[in-house]
Amino acid sequence: MRLHKIDRDVGLFVITLLLLGGVALKFPDFITPRSLADLLDDTAILVLLALGQMLVLLTRAVDLSVAANLALTGMLVALLNQAHPGWGVLPVVILSPLIGALLGAFNGVLVWKLKIPSIVVTLGTLSVYRGAVYVASGGAWVNSNQMSESFLGFIRTQMLGLTVLSWLAVVGVILFALALRLSVTGRNFYAAGGNPGAATYAGIDVGWMQFLAFTASGAIAGLAGYLWVSRFAVAYTDVAQGFELQVIAACVIGGVSISGGVGTVAGVVLGALFLGIIKNALPLVGVSPFWQMAISGLVITIAVILNARGDHSSPRRILEEARP
Amino acid sequence: MQRRRLMAGAAALLTMAGTTLAGANLAMAADKPVKLGLVAKSLGNGFFDAANKGANEAAKELGGVEIIYTGPTTTTAEGQIEVLNALIAQRVDAIAISANDPDAVAPTLKKAQARGIKVMSFDSGVAEDARTVHLAPSSDALIGEACLNLISDAIGGSGKIAILSATPTSTNQNVWIGVMKKDLAEDRFKGLDLVTIAYGDDLADKSYRETQALLKQHPDIQGIISPTTIGIVAGAKAIEDQGLSGKVWITGLGLPSELEGHVKSGTVKSFAIWNPIDLGYSTAQIAVQMVRTPDAVGPGKTVKVGRVGEIAFDDKGLGAMAKPFTYDKSNVEEFAKIF
Repeated sequence: MRLHKIDRDVGLFVITLLLLGGVALKFPDFITPRSLADLLDDTAILVLLALGQMLVLLTRAVDLSVAANLALTGMLVALLNQAHPGWGVLPVVILSPLIGALLGAFNGVLVWKLKIPSIVVTLGTLSVYRGAVYVASGGAWVNSNQMSESFLGFIRTQMLGLTVLSWLAVVGVILFALALRLSVTGRNFYAAGGNPGAATYAGIDVGWMQFLAFTASGAIAGLAGYLWVSRFAVAYTDVAQGFELQVIAACVIGGVSISGGVGTVAGVVLGALFLGIIKNALPLVGVSPFWQMAISGLVITIAVILNARGDHSSPRRILEEARP
Repeated sequence: MQRRRLMAGAAALLTMAGTTLAGANLAMAADKPVKLGLVAKSLGNGFFDAANKGANEAAKELGGVEIIYTGPTTTTAEGQIEVLNALIAQRVDAIAISANDPDAVAPTLKKAQARGIKVMSFDSGVAEDARTVHLAPSSDALIGEACLNLISDAIGGSGKIAILSATPTSTNQNVWIGVMKKDLAEDRFKGLDLVTIAYGDDLADKSYRETQALLKQHPDIQGIISPTTIGIVAGAKAIEDQGLSGKVWITGLGLPSELEGHVKSGTVKSFAIWNPIDLGYSTAQIAVQMVRTPDAVGPGKTVKVGRVGEIAFDDKGLGAMAKPFTYDKSNVEEFAKIF
């Protein structure tokens, strides 16, 4: 089983390299170190969010509220920074994952204690959180000149050739890889979603694992809220509208099963990078904007098909309850 | 309606009895206030908030006018239809709308007209038979020309330029791009070389990415025109992050409050936008006249609009305000406080 999963990741790695090579043929500058650093910068937020989403998917749930959580937390910390520019970036970096974790924990409690299907819960909180952005901001934008220098500068700081934003993604990937492989809690995520019945008999509280997954996904979404607002230097109500679908797409391309229990960190990273390459390459190779969406959809579908051969798990299970 | 006619009759009698015209106006104002529904493309957009400010200024000036400022939360025609139905149910006297889709909202507006509600569009128009008049913020020709003048000024008259638009199907964007292409063929802009048009879909992340791609694809590009507010903000940030401030200029249409920082950092030399306050002011003036003196407003007529002056509508009911106003270092701070 493990061998099979590694095979899949290798397959995706090859597909990603082929894609990168194909773009480079048409546009050689795409693989200069500078361009690749830009690409990593652009994909960092997606990588982080996809890691959080993977945890949730592993436990047979799904978190549709990540983009709304990102928008709300991003707006809140932007407003905080606007009101107290002198406080610097530290409170923002600490508060954003906390706010996000609270919003995620709210999802988690509803799924855990009230046993409502996660797709319903997060579809609801998606609107609640997005609506709260309007309430918090009164509909107004927070613009770059209303953000303090450290708020904007922190993620752009260069360290060893990469920005802090890119390093955050790298650190996130390493932490996730270690925690999911080595810690008991990490293994329990797989167990809770892979076979909830057996997990329960083994003493794992499946609902609690789901709660943890939602809280972690929320914390990441919150941090991503700050990262997003700082990167694009504007906070407005439609920030990251619909981005949750890209996050889920990155997971699915990366081989995470939407029916729980299956997925690797390497796969998710490759899935996110794959999407990032497509998004950055399409405008560069001069594809007509009318074709861009169709082409990116087609490439994603092909990647999923190539990557999903031999995966016989039933997609029906996402709607079932994840308990015995 | 019956009641209003009676009141108007009473006012006329009073006038005949020797009271002054002011007395008649007083009688009008004492009547049920004119309710004007001002429908934005979406709420939370600084442009429409400013237009609302102008409309309220006009309402105060005219007296006896109540502005109901509303709109959907996202820029969809469906959302506007819901909002319009709510306004019809509230029995407003007039509706002024900036439409997300010229045709999708038309049936609902016709329903409003059938119930005696006066309908006009402003900023972004609707189908001709669904409204009495349309007030454009500026004419398409003036906007296209202004964008070219701005970029020409920023890059010193000659060089390669690109356009960063919203979605490829956005009507007003495409009209402006068409005007620019036509003007570029003329002698006065012969130094400008338009190399490509990119589409940022009015999303900050896509606009940012498209700008990055533009800069890589055409390293010798000198200027970018973005006639859309999110495009110009995200594009300016992308240029700054690439360390190209002062080498690549971006200009176009945007709000002073959103661009103040980029003007100060030197990525945007100057930009333009029509004055949304004046637009809202004129819209309210015209809409109220449509209710109080229906015969005075319509295709082929010239309407007086308070402090703004006069606006002439052509035989299709199209009227335009002046050419867009240019903002730069000298005045952006002052206007950023307003919108």
